[in-house]
Parts: sequence; C-alpha cells; structure tokens
Amino acid sequence: MSNAIIPLLLDSLASAALIFFAAVGLTLVFSVLRVLNVAHGSLYSIGGYVAASVCLFIASRQLNPYLSFVALLFSAVFVAAILGPLIERSLVRWTYGKSEAVQILITFGLFLILEDLQRLVFGVQSLYEDSPMRLLGTSSIGGVVYLNYQILLVAMAVLVVVGLRLLINHTRLGRLITAVVTDREMAQSIGIDTNRIFILAFSLGVFLAALGGALATPTSGIAPGLGADTMVLAFAVAAIGGLGQIEGAAVASLIVGFARVLAIYLVPSLDAVAPYVAMLAVLLIRPYGLFGSVTARRI
Amino acid sequence: MRIILAAAAVVMLAALAFAAPWLQFVLTLAIAKGFAALGVAVLLRAGLISIGHAMFFAASAYGAAFLARAGINDLGLLLILSVLVSALIGAIAGSFLVRYRAIFFAMLNLAVSMVFYALCAKLYGVTGGTDGLPVPIPAVFGIVFAEPVFKSILFYLSLMLMVLVGLVVHRYLDSPLGHALSAVHSNEIRLEYLGIPVWAVLLIAYTISAALAGLGGAIAGLAIGRVVPDFAFWTASGHLVLIAVLGGIGGVPGAFIGALFLELLHSAAVTVTDAWNLFVGITLIVVIMFMPQGIYGLFERKEAQSS
Repeated sequence: MSNAIIPLLLDSLASAALIFFAAVGLTLVFSVLRVLNVAHGSLYSIGGYVAASVCLFIASRQLNPYLSFVALLFSAVFVAAILGPLIERSLVRWTYGKSEAVQILITFGLFLILEDLQRLVFGVQSLYEDSPMRLLGTSSIGGVVYLNYQILLVAMAVLVVVGLRLLINHTRLGRLITAVVTDREMAQSIGIDTNRIFILAFSLGVFLAALGGALATPTSGIAPGLGADTMVLAFAVAAIGGLGQIEGAAVASLIVGFARVLAIYLVPSLDAVAPYVAMLAVLLIRPYGLFGSVTARRI
Repeated sequence: MRIILAAAAVVMLAALAFAAPWLQFVLTLAIAKGFAALGVAVLLRAGLISIGHAMFFAASAYGAAFLARAGINDLGLLLILSVLVSALIGAIAGSFLVRYRAIFFAMLNLAVSMVFYALCAKLYGVTGGTDGLPVPIPAVFGIVFAEPVFKSILFYLSLMLMVLVGLVVHRYLDSPLGHALSAVHSNEIRLEYLGIPVWAVLLIAYTISAALAGLGGAIAGLAIGRVVPDFAFWTASGHLVLIAVLGGIGGVPGAFIGALFLELLHSAAVTVTDAWNLFVGITLIVVIMFMPQGIYGLFERKEAQSS
C-alpha cells in the first residue's frame, strides 16, 4: 500500500508545486494591482514554449546539457523582462480602477491574442524536451523510486514562498509594495512611485508564471491549450487560498494536489473534477478564500 | 425608427441566407450564440459578470441529445424541454450564486461551469466523454425532413424566435423587474430599503439568462448535430461575455449584433488565417477602450443626435 501511495504523494506534491507557480503570480498581481489577469495562463505556456525551444536548441547543438537548467531560469527572466513591462504599460495600466467586468474582458482579449501568437510563433505541434529531468536521474527511498526532478520542483516552490515572504517583509521594495497594497493613494502622496511598483509587481508575476511553465516542460511537454487549462487551475488555487494571499496559494495548491490524488484513488475518472469541486466547496463557504480576510468585501 | 431598423435587419438576414445558402449555418450559429450572449447581457445589467454561462448553453444541448435518445423526436418539444432543463439548472445554481457579487460571482460561476465541463468530459459512459453525443435530426410536426431542409427550417425558426424572444426580453428589461437590475448595480442597499427583495430580482434574472443560454445551446446543438464538452469550457463562456460587450449591453439587439459580427468575422478570417482569435482579441480591446457602448451604441448615439 505505502509503495503505491508514496509515488502518488510525490506526484501530487510535484504537480502542486507546478500549479503553485502559476497561481502565486496571479495572486501577487491581484494583490498589488487589484487586477485579475485572465491572460496569466498564457504567460505560463509562453514561458514553457521559450524554455522548451531553448532546451531543444541546446540539445541539437550538443552543448553542455547542464546549460538547460540555466536555460529554464533565463527563459523565464527573458519572458518577464519583455512581456511584463510591455503588457502592464500598454493594457493592464489602462484598467486600474475600472470595474471587474472591464478588467476581466481586457485581459481575456489579451489571452486570445497571446494564445494565437503562440500558435503562430511556436506552431501547433507539441514540444517535448526532457533532458533536465533525465540529467537528474532517479533515487529511491525504501524501495520507492522517484524522480529527482520532482524533488527539485518542490524545493523550488518552497524557495519561492520563502523568497517572496522575505522580499515583502524584509526589503525596501517589499515595504513599498506593502504600502501600495495597503493604501494606494496615501502611498502615492508620500512620494512612492506607484507606476514603478506596478511594473515590477506585474513583471514578477509574469516571471513566476513563466518559470512555472519552463519548469513544467521537462515533465509533461507543452502543447496548444495548455494556457487555457493552466488558467482555470491557477484561478481555482488562487481563489481557494484567497486572492492576494501568497501562503494561501501554497496551501491551496497542496489541497488541490491531494484532492487529485484522493480522486485518483477513490474515483479515478473524476481526477479532473476534483480541483473545481474543491474550489466550489471553499468559495461557497468562504467566498474570500481560506486565507482571505472579510474586508475583501463580499457584497 | 428603431423598429424599422430592426425589421429591416431581420428581413436582410432572411434574404441573406436565401441568397447565400452556405451562410445559413453561420447565421444559425450566430443567432444561437446571440441568445446566450443576451442571457449574459441581462446579468451584466446588474453588474454581474458570469464566466460560466457556457454551462447552460452546453447543458441544454446535452439535454436535447438525451431527450432525443429517450425517444422524444419533435423539434418544438425538444426545444421547449431543453430550455426548461437549463432554466431549472439555472434556478438551482442561481439560488445560491446570486448571493455573491463582483469577482466572487464571476469565480463561482466559473467553478460551477468547470465542474460541469470536467464531468461531461470524464463521465464517458453517460456523456460520451470528449467525443460528445450526437443530436439527431428531429421531426417537425411529425414530418422528418432531409438534412438541408431541416437546417433551413431551423434557421428560419431561430430567426423568428430571435424576434419573438427579443421582444419578450425587451419587455422584461423595460418592466419594473428589469429596471430593478440596473438599480442593483447602482445601489443595492437602497433597493432593499425600498422593500424590493434583491435576491428574488437576481434569481429571476439568473433563471431567465440561463433559459436564454439554453435556447441558444439547443439551437446550436441541433444545427451542429453534435454536442461536445468544449461547449462548456471557460473560454466559451468568455466568448459569450465578449459577444455581449462587443454588441453593447444597452439593449436586446446588441447581443445579436455582436454575435453576427463575430461569426461573420470568424468565417471571413478563417479563409485567410488560423489566427482569427488574434483579431477578435484586438477588436475586443479596441471596442472596450474606445466604444464603451459597443457596436449597438453607435446606432443609439446616431439616433440620439438625429432626433
């Protein structure tokens, strides 16, 4: 029994880590900019496409395979540095203070644009390059074999939670962000450059999404439609944890990961339903999410 | 003036389908999506954005497929029953969903519709999984027509329903019950103080919007001849909101104008490129930024200037 459960637990931890990358960016952007970015899933898949393309290039030129780890990280930085400021300046900025309907629609328009741009740039066939995963190999504990790459994923997720917390609580930039989140007008009036904070926060969100996509490609490859699928999952996780809550997103992605494992054990055909049932159950009881506060008004 | 314009538009549609039969399918689908977008627009009046109305669209199409399998083989009966099915689902889901506002309403609708989508895709034995279910051609008043004839009948029936249902919804939006929706948007607490139960106002609106989406779904299912889970995917819901906003949520014609515009744009664009969503996305953003009243707003504004 335990031999069957432990790989599944690891699987669910690893998939929770991947969902977490997508969700934490969404939730971070929401907390700072007050905008729900429907195009966030596309940024995830763009990160994946760029990383997969670079890794394939490395493999085809027979460069040092360990370069692909650097490639994973730098493709995320690359996507964030280009798309983050571009999207924030051109579109998202325009929606500040507008109604949710407008924000959702503008970013939905962006989602449609990005999805098609990806198909134009990267084609419609799926990309698969697993050299980073093969390089790390497998280990076994007590006869249970697992992929070291999965451990890396979980470690990265933990690193992101701790890193974000440190950034927000213990750096000057973090304090500025907190000030803007707490009271945008007051922050502006005491001379904080809110525009800069918005660009930085949005780009950080893009980076996290792209990093998630980049880290996901070695395990599952990447194909058209991934952006749309990731979007709802990220949405579900962010909503369960409470929009704007970083630790909430971490706990929620664990819940979703384990809900899936439970579903696979009990009713295998329903594993895809589990995240949404969890989302529905949590939202009906606590619309502001597990970690959200009541001040995020309900009515 | 407005009535003449609307009548001219309907006649033009009928003539267009007659002159160019290949357009008939596109126009039928456009009207079907127009119904669903009208449902979304009803809720948008109250400031509620639903990213989940494709669920009712799909539920009704599945309903038609199941009813046909159960031996109900009459077009009118199929339409009425499947609309009732989606209205019933709407009333049940609405009874708890309309307690929420703003982003929470949007997210909960999304969650419900994604549960529905995942169930449809996964319960292979019941729903046929991602292959979907066929929606066979039903009889019309006891007569079974050949496929092209039936598709024509379906188109003209949809056109007629568009006018009839459009008038009814117009009446509804102009009634105290309909005006209460805008009141919910502007000041909900005042409405409660006036003794009007907001919950009931919204539940009625939600049920009506689900029924409208259902009518669209049933027509689409019959026109396509198949229903697949993708009918209920969240991007489909997004497209419905997009159509409603594109056309303009001000009045009933807006939803249909938006749907026609989008479907015609689609059929024009696919001949040139696969990336038609690119154009749709750009159009959507341009419309929201520069024409907040939608395409229908253009007509309205001109009329206001001329009168």
